[in-house]
Amino acid sequence: MTKSRLLSLLGGAITLCALIDTPAAAKDTVKIAFIGPLSGGNSAPGLGGRNSATLAVQQRNADPAAKYTYELVTFDDECKPNVGIQVATKAASDNSIVAGVTHYCSAVGIATVDTYARFGLPVVVWGAILPEITYGNDFKEIHRVNGTMINEGKLAAEFLTKQGYKKFVVIHDTTDYGKGQNKYFAEYLKPTGNEVIATFPVSPDQQDFTAELTKIKELKPDLILVGGLTPLGVRLRSQMDRVGVTAQLAGVSGIMTAGFLEGTGAAGEGTVSFHNGAPISKYPQGQAFIDAYAKAGFREDPDAYGPFAYSAASLVIDAIEKVGPDRKKVKAVLNTTKGHKALVGEINFDGHRQNIVNANVYVAQDGKWVYWPDSDYAAGKKKLAKN
Amino acid sequence: MDLGILAQQIFNGLMLGVIYAMIAVGFSLFFGVLDIIKFSHGDVVTVGAFSGLGAVGLAGGLVVFSPALALAAGLAAAVAMGSLAGILIGRLLVMPLRHAPAVNVLLATLMAGTVLRETIRLGVPNGGNPKPFPALLPSGTIATGSFSVGIDSVMILCAGLSLVFATHLLITRTRLGLSIRAVAQDGEIARLSGIDFQRVVLGTFALGSALAAFAGCMLGLYYREINFSMGVLLGIIGFASAVIGGLGSLLGPIIGGFLFAGVQTLVVVLLPFSSAYKDVVAFAAIIVLIGFFPTGLIAERRSERV
Repeated sequence: MTKSRLLSLLGGAITLCALIDTPAAAKDTVKIAFIGPLSGGNSAPGLGGRNSATLAVQQRNADPAAKYTYELVTFDDECKPNVGIQVATKAASDNSIVAGVTHYCSAVGIATVDTYARFGLPVVVWGAILPEITYGNDFKEIHRVNGTMINEGKLAAEFLTKQGYKKFVVIHDTTDYGKGQNKYFAEYLKPTGNEVIATFPVSPDQQDFTAELTKIKELKPDLILVGGLTPLGVRLRSQMDRVGVTAQLAGVSGIMTAGFLEGTGAAGEGTVSFHNGAPISKYPQGQAFIDAYAKAGFREDPDAYGPFAYSAASLVIDAIEKVGPDRKKVKAVLNTTKGHKALVGEINFDGHRQNIVNANVYVAQDGKWVYWPDSDYAAGKKKLAKN
Repeated sequence: MDLGILAQQIFNGLMLGVIYAMIAVGFSLFFGVLDIIKFSHGDVVTVGAFSGLGAVGLAGGLVVFSPALALAAGLAAAVAMGSLAGILIGRLLVMPLRHAPAVNVLLATLMAGTVLRETIRLGVPNGGNPKPFPALLPSGTIATGSFSVGIDSVMILCAGLSLVFATHLLITRTRLGLSIRAVAQDGEIARLSGIDFQRVVLGTFALGSALAAFAGCMLGLYYREINFSMGVLLGIIGFASAVIGGLGSLLGPIIGGFLFAGVQTLVVVLLPFSSAYKDVVAFAAIIVLIGFFPTGLIAERRSERV
């Protein structure tokens, strides 16, 4: 074989190899932002949400039918509005980021809506439950897959009244999140004929609650509702015993985290919570998600809002697959979401791009959050606290 | 109000007061010996809490300790690390700057506090998250009528009061205390009398910081949770308590600490709806009191400087 023939054969082989490799290498990379609390007292749901969104991206990247390769760019909002605005601006001003899966904390979620609207970044909220995030504006960029505190507050008032509680005390933080919970719970409690006998607004980073709890002890309520997130719930639960307050404790999904169970230990047993998601095992794709999550080897649990983060990321990816990595087109597709089959059930956005979901009751039982109908408490084997 | 509930509120106020007082005493000691304000003091409280937690974890991991021994290890580590932080700040920042304008020391120590805080946040695994503090004191409650307190709370209160009293004895009855008081009165004369000025100053920094670190551990035991930024507000409250009580005296900051805690508790008792503003009201009360007592409740001229 002559030298020139050998070279041409070698060249041909290299070209052939390049052509064979082309389909995989030619996929464009599309960036999606994930924003949530990755540090601080609310990092347990934040990390669970990040892992779940990461899983959605990994699964799509493994799918040969996918048109693009996806990259999740994660940002830590620390559950602080000022930090949230900084990272939202960073994500929204980066033109390579096409859409976002954003926020667990309501106070951050409401602070950043203007930023996303101004930069035209379509986002899907995966955790924050303040109604105003979707209902308080008409920004076409803002969507939400999980429910709001309207559902949770309504269910809380109805369920707790049905359990025989009559005198309620609310301790809520002074952020929009805490104030909203106090507002909706009180609003839906009124028609039941029961009353909130005292309300204690507190700073979200307040450490000592003994003075408030001693005052509550004097008022002898049947139930204390926590209008706040996990750190507030943990401190309150721990200090209730110290002061000798025996009332039942309940709170909406802000306390329904692994962090609450870890922080309160045995004292957390019997705490009631309300969450706008059903247990993951109750969804048709639930078991597949649990198996895939375990296989992916994440260090943290998906936590209560992980399935919503997964669904939000999948929704965004589906929209990009449909119209390509273009913010305006993705926004238009997301706006018209109807009957989208997701992990958390069918996603249908109303006129304010808010998914319609029902709330559910949970109870802390043996160190786990258990769906109320499946719990020992519903079966009558264990009893909630009654004064 | 029911007597039991009243007693309980008084107990709550005392618990808070003793923690504030322990931090405030440090401010007063530093001001007494060198006329400086050490603004990293609140973060030394956090250093103490995290050192205690680390030592308890390490002790539990290496040997199966009884809670009492684990607690002793935690407190020893907290006091050691707190003292070390105090000595380092005193030696590296305060001593070289003692002839510079007071604002320089204030700024340098404020920055040192940020360094300590951020070191904890970044150096401790998941340092940004609150850490549960183990329950190492006996559980159980003492209940009489509507009054009920945990045995651990009573132990913490007694430990705090004993420590403040021990500090008072150390300052008034020991040779080291005599040296500290001599340096506080007049550094130059003290030096001429053969007192090792630097050693006494650094000893005072170690003592004040050890108290703060101990308070950090007690906070962990009381609230069962610690976090990297817990010292920020505590430092400001401790400073305010020391100022209103009388910087430079030993009794003043103790009175100031209890006064601050008393106002905070009173706001919740009288105006529960304004619970969120208890710090605001307490600081406003301090501002008003400063107007009436510019040099503190125990004015320096009438008290012997520590």
